[in-house]
Amino acid sequence: MADAQRHVARFTNDSRIPGWDRAADLTKEPAVVPDAATTEVPAELRAAIEDAVRRFPVGDSAFIPALYAVQEQYGWCSPEGIEQAASVLGRTPAALTAVATFYDMFRMEPLGRKTVYVCTNISCSLCGADELLEALEAELGEAPDVHIRGFECLGACDIAPMASVNGIYVGPIGLDQVPELARQIVAGDDPLPAKQLIKRPCADPKVAEK
Amino acid sequence: MTDTLLFKGIDEPGLNTIDVYLARGGYEQLGRALKMEREDLITELSGSGLRGRGGAGFPMGKKASFIPKGDMQKYVVCNADESEPGTFKDRELIQKNPHQLIEGLIIAAYAIDATINYIYIRGEYDQQADILDASIAEARERGFLGEKILGSDFSVQLELSRGAGAYICGEETGLLDSLEGKRGNPRLKPPFPANEGLFNGPTLINNVETLSAIPSIIKLGAEGYAAIGVKDSSGTKLVSISGNVERPGNYEIELGTSSRELIYDLAGGPVDGRAIKCWFPGGSSTPVLTADDLDVGYDYDSIAAAGSMLGSGAIIVVDETQSVVELAYKLAKFYAHESCGKCTPCREGTRWTVHMVERIKDGTATPMDLDIMAAVQEQIIGHCLCVLGDAMAMPIGSLIAKFRDEFEAEIEDNRNERERKLAEEFAAAEVEIEGISA
Ligand SMILES: Cc1cc2nc3c(=O)[nH]c(=O)nc-3n(C[C@H](O)[C@H](O)[C@H](O)COP(=O)(O)O)c2cc1C
Ligand code: SF4
Ligand code: FES
Repeated sequence: MADAQRHVARFTNDSRIPGWDRAADLTKEPAVVPDAATTEVPAELRAAIEDAVRRFPVGDSAFIPALYAVQEQYGWCSPEGIEQAASVLGRTPAALTAVATFYDMFRMEPLGRKTVYVCTNISCSLCGADELLEALEAELGEAPDVHIRGFECLGACDIAPMASVNGIYVGPIGLDQVPELARQIVAGDDPLPAKQLIKRPCADPKVAEK
Repeated sequence: MTDTLLFKGIDEPGLNTIDVYLARGGYEQLGRALKMEREDLITELSGSGLRGRGGAGFPMGKKASFIPKGDMQKYVVCNADESEPGTFKDRELIQKNPHQLIEGLIIAAYAIDATINYIYIRGEYDQQADILDASIAEARERGFLGEKILGSDFSVQLELSRGAGAYICGEETGLLDSLEGKRGNPRLKPPFPANEGLFNGPTLINNVETLSAIPSIIKLGAEGYAAIGVKDSSGTKLVSISGNVERPGNYEIELGTSSRELIYDLAGGPVDGRAIKCWFPGGSSTPVLTADDLDVGYDYDSIAAAGSMLGSGAIIVVDETQSVVELAYKLAKFYAHESCGKCTPCREGTRWTVHMVERIKDGTATPMDLDIMAAVQEQIIGHCLCVLGDAMAMPIGSLIAKFRDEFEAEIEDNRNERERKLAEEFAAAEVEIEGISA
């Protein structure tokens, strides 16, 4: 228990919410939809968001693809990017931020662009995922532009323990392969080509019989 | 067993491209379905006995029959969120045979007269989503999607929507909110999506595997399909077997096959001849069964009679060397992380369960904690908006009920260990104090 509490920052009166005890700044203007005429939006970002609106025309259903576009542009859902997306979508930045914070794949801080998710859910942890995460984290150390984190079941428990390297699933990863994988991640190379899920045949022997 | 249906020749190179799929007779069943009256098609789907493969096992045809008739905009939404721990069958279907899914989805859309349709895929399935995107484009190019398809007067659109990492978006109403661009909080039911779903229109939501089975049903006919499997569990099912087994993977089985056969014959059982401590029959959200239940038939009703659920068809095998406390810890942490926070019993119950298991681990728990933990699980079940809370409470409750001795032993051991350490520290501290005073 002590351990868990150490992970959670506590503020006044043991609250988990920073600044809850400070009064709202009533002099501040309420958030508005950024002015589309004066907000500068990079051309690629605008094109990506407009494409999303074409495919998802109803209500706010273009929000998630728009946030992906922001993340692609800036490496994270930066306030600047959200402001720009909001101006194209004609909504307030807060509306977009509220959606972004719900989802694990949106980065709300400037973390590395090379994203590594190591699954630490049940099936993978039964096969040594916690050790894998620890070893890979240690091997990567402070490698620049790399963001590694444990993740919930990635839907690839057949290759446990596994990781998703920029969306490419690899596994089962032996601890002896950790240095090689770490090197590939840092260099931006294809991760463990022989271990990629996409190349794996179906386990069911009935499939191969035909 | 009978021939494979869903996995038939699934490793054929290029099957994800439309030419190979067409060469195998692909989209022929769509042509046949479009010639049927909608009523007859729904009767056919009901007659097949196909039950939902996403978790709840609700009869697919019956759900389709709930969709109201009329001119309003209707939708089919395919649930490809696949985030139930242990489940990875939809991934293989999408990656290797996406057109089978698209064909099944268009048939379902025709049956309920849905002209706008979506597939919602989890954001982590990046490679699979790219494949599916390309397949949808191909289907559009060849006129299986679009205006008045195959000379009928049915016009149909399909879009792929990518999630962004949230288990709760697999729950059907959480999924709808996410698809509408909101936080994925589940909705209060009723109204059910069949009446008021996506953008308030009637919506049929089905899992990838459910929709992928439809072309086979049209091909074999309702009776032919219903003849496979056992009573009230017709057809074939993909099972994802993982955890402590020799050969983890997806296997297509006839429903009703013995669980022992799946775990031992297909997946090879635990390594080094270890014994099975427990297994989840339908994903991490289902109550665990033990080695005593291995002869239960793998079908909806038999697994239910054994006290669990077939769920998504994901069998997770846990061998005798694993600790149930660690297992409970992983489970609780997952559901606490994924709780959307809307209902108190789920949000707080999952969080407190994590704390209680942590107490067991660090040696501060007493045997009474186990009763409190079990009581917390009971207070979650049935008291939440969706079943995510129950999805933690049921397996954890079953672990406590079935492995109470082990929990108690670990509580004792960890307490003794902690007390030993404290005594040591205390002794060391005293020496120092003596040193200072001396
Ligand atoms: C917390 C939670 C998560 C779920 N996750 C999924 C999922 O990832 N995929 C899925 O198909 N169904 C999932 N379901 C079940 C869906 O709510 C729904 O029952 C299903 O998609 C209906 O399709 P089917 O009738 O074809 O099974 C989940 C349910 C809950 C409560
Ligand atoms: S049960 Fe949990 S996940 Fe479901 S709506 Fe309530 S808080 Fe959200
Ligand atoms: S538990 Fe790791 S991918 Fe499923």
